[in-house]
Amino acid sequence: MAEVERDPVTGRETTGHEWNGIKELDTPVPRGVLIFLIITHLWAFAYWFFMPSWPLGETYTKGLLGADQRTTVEARLVEGQEERAPWMARLETEPYDAIVADEALMKTVRGTGQQLFGDNCAACHGRDGKGRAFYPDLTDDDWLWGGGPELIEQTMRVGINTRHPESRIAQMPAFGRDEMLDREQVRNVAAYVYSLTNPEYSTAENLERIEAGREVFATTCAACHGENAAGSSEVGAPNLTDAYWVYGGTMDSIIASVHGGRQGHMPTWDERLSNVEIRTLSLYVHDLGARQP
Amino acid sequence: MIRQLTSSERQNALVIALAVAIVGIAMAAVGRSDVLGVHGVIVMLFGGIVAYLVMSTFYDPEPTEDRAASYYDDPIKAGIILSMAWAVFGMFMGVWVAAQLAWPDLAFDAGWSTFGRLRPTHTSGVIFGFGGNALIATSFHVVQRTSRARLAGQISPWFVLLGFNLFCLLAVSGYLMGVTQSKEYAEAEWYADLWLVIVWVTYFILYIATIARRKEPHIYVANWYFMAFILVVAILHIVNNLAIPVSWGSVKSYTIWPGVQDAMVQWWYGHNAVAFFLTAGFLGMLYYYLPVRAQRPIFSYRLSILSFWGITFFYMWAGSHHLHYTALPHWVQTLGMTFSVMLLVPSWASAGNALLTLNGAWHRVRDDATLRFMMAAAVFYGLSTFEGSFMAIRPVNSLSHYTDWTVGHVHAGALGWVALITFGSLYTLVPSLWRRERMYSAALVEIHFWLAIVGTLIYVFAMWNSGIIQGLMWRTYTEEGALAYSFIDSLVAMYPYYIARAFGGLLFLIGTVVGCYNMWMTVRSVPMAARTADVPVTAAVVPGE
Repeated sequence: MAEVERDPVTGRETTGHEWNGIKELDTPVPRGVLIFLIITHLWAFAYWFFMPSWPLGETYTKGLLGADQRTTVEARLVEGQEERAPWMARLETEPYDAIVADEALMKTVRGTGQQLFGDNCAACHGRDGKGRAFYPDLTDDDWLWGGGPELIEQTMRVGINTRHPESRIAQMPAFGRDEMLDREQVRNVAAYVYSLTNPEYSTAENLERIEAGREVFATTCAACHGENAAGSSEVGAPNLTDAYWVYGGTMDSIIASVHGGRQGHMPTWDERLSNVEIRTLSLYVHDLGARQP
Repeated sequence: MIRQLTSSERQNALVIALAVAIVGIAMAAVGRSDVLGVHGVIVMLFGGIVAYLVMSTFYDPEPTEDRAASYYDDPIKAGIILSMAWAVFGMFMGVWVAAQLAWPDLAFDAGWSTFGRLRPTHTSGVIFGFGGNALIATSFHVVQRTSRARLAGQISPWFVLLGFNLFCLLAVSGYLMGVTQSKEYAEAEWYADLWLVIVWVTYFILYIATIARRKEPHIYVANWYFMAFILVVAILHIVNNLAIPVSWGSVKSYTIWPGVQDAMVQWWYGHNAVAFFLTAGFLGMLYYYLPVRAQRPIFSYRLSILSFWGITFFYMWAGSHHLHYTALPHWVQTLGMTFSVMLLVPSWASAGNALLTLNGAWHRVRDDATLRFMMAAAVFYGLSTFEGSFMAIRPVNSLSHYTDWTVGHVHAGALGWVALITFGSLYTLVPSLWRRERMYSAALVEIHFWLAIVGTLIYVFAMWNSGIIQGLMWRTYTEEGALAYSFIDSLVAMYPYYIARAFGGLLFLIGTVVGCYNMWMTVRSVPMAARTADVPVTAAVVPGE
């Protein structure tokens, strides 16, 4: 066992123990450490005095302030609701026209709607509402089921192809796969549809195919998409004559759509969002399009 | 591996290895229609390989020298190698999951590589694989040297080390197959947990028995910490993992703790895993390798006592600060918060004791990157314990909780404290254990030091920024009292920080790989050191002599 020595650097004595060359100094605990230790303990004791802290069998010490996280959060919720009540009541009850005309209220719609849209709609339609492949752009004026806050609200409430009793139902049949059209007819009608938005495709050599496709279209597709292929928001049939395509406007995508059919799905928000939230979002989405140049 | 075992010990080792293999066969048979079957095969192969290794040198000459006259270093060497291998694996997984947060396509559309499955392979890989093996190895080294006695078992050190690695293997491979208890840092399922209980109790008995053989009258501080680590981890592990399996043939089990009590038990476990695995164990390392490397006496024995009892007592109460503003009763939150604040001074006393020990050795800190690793570790230890107490205060926690700030805090501790003290200790230990003159390259240690420091700082600063921005965005209201941001807005704001975080982690990983190379080359090509008297005392010393 080692002897007590004096360390030349600190001037302190060692404890006289040694372990494989390691020694320890017998330095007292610095005063600052003790003071700091006492301060943290005093603070803790004081905190116990004021706040709920120690268990006493079935109950616990409530503390002088009578604080309780449940009542605190309930009070905060009530406060928040009161703060929002004025504009929420208006959004919930006033007709859409009146709200749209009120620029100050629309500013609130844009602020709140941006957050609601981000948390509920952006996963499919994108943060900016511009959609992506298979999910429609909500910022243009091309609407599958009609634009305007009332129709948008209806679509949000019942969804598309959902189990909601009033769900909007739209199904593009699988004409090729289910053998309603043969391969050649599928190609022809796709060529016709393609030519509607790609005039340069209507060359002499393609003309025969396009004309054959036009006939197929008239007998098979026009029922939903209309004679002029401009679609119908009554049945959710997209306009095929504009530049916007939900499922892609290339020849291959059109062939795939005609061959395999398409059934989009939009969930119903009736039970998931409150009345005022649905109305806010309807206005917000309508406004997204209205704000576009 | 078994050169130091007598033939009867070799037989025992073989019996144990074969028993493990048989258990594996039984698991494979009972769980053949479940993932349990796959784990049965892994256990069987593990037992079989160990049995093969034992048998391959079974008839080699037995040891002739008096084994009590030398330290038992073979399991320590294996532990260091395993630790560094797990470090590379676990840190690589960390970089991968960090990159997935910035670029989700890096999951490659497969089930096993989704964030939810990879993330626990990172946490278990680094905490248990890297940290656990380093703790086992260094504790075996420290307890022998500071007790002046050989380990109290011949097979048991190997059983502890290999058994622990079998646990890690079952845990990590299970996560990839979707096996989890869904308890953070306790994801491994019931059969792996039962196995760890056997291994850990053996570890505890071995450690206590070795201490009991000591030839020094006093037990050194490092051993207090290692004992606290082993004992408390056993208690935490058993209580938190009490669960009832769906059947003997199923990996799935359900915890016996209901509702909010489950949450409380889990975070009592979770926080004390930080306290006793990632703090107490590594303080044991610090208390041995820092004074050895600095060649200085510990600054204050009295401060050691204060911080040891402070840490062991106060940490036990602090777990509920993980559940502020939840269904947990308010009074439990108050207690967790106040004890977390009272914990600060004992924690700082440890960090201060380490740094003040360096008085008289600061020139070494400047010149020796190994010692600088340990100095920086003590600084990060002080920083993250302050941050931890601060974040435990309820109003602060209302901002920081569920954000990246928590992730940043954990990594200030895990990278800055745990990993740096481990590297400093291993750079001290490797040359002495393999009896080499020095590390292969001091320059590579220096490079590793700077990669680790810069990587940690980039990581932690990125997460502080992103965490506070997240927390503020989630609680910002518009003038009308509506939320100003959607959740996805906060994700978009995180993007640059997630890239920075992955980059910081990558630097840290590169440093670890450099360290592995340096250690490998040290063992391979550095000349042998002159023989020093690194042997136990065999003659009894009368206590108090």
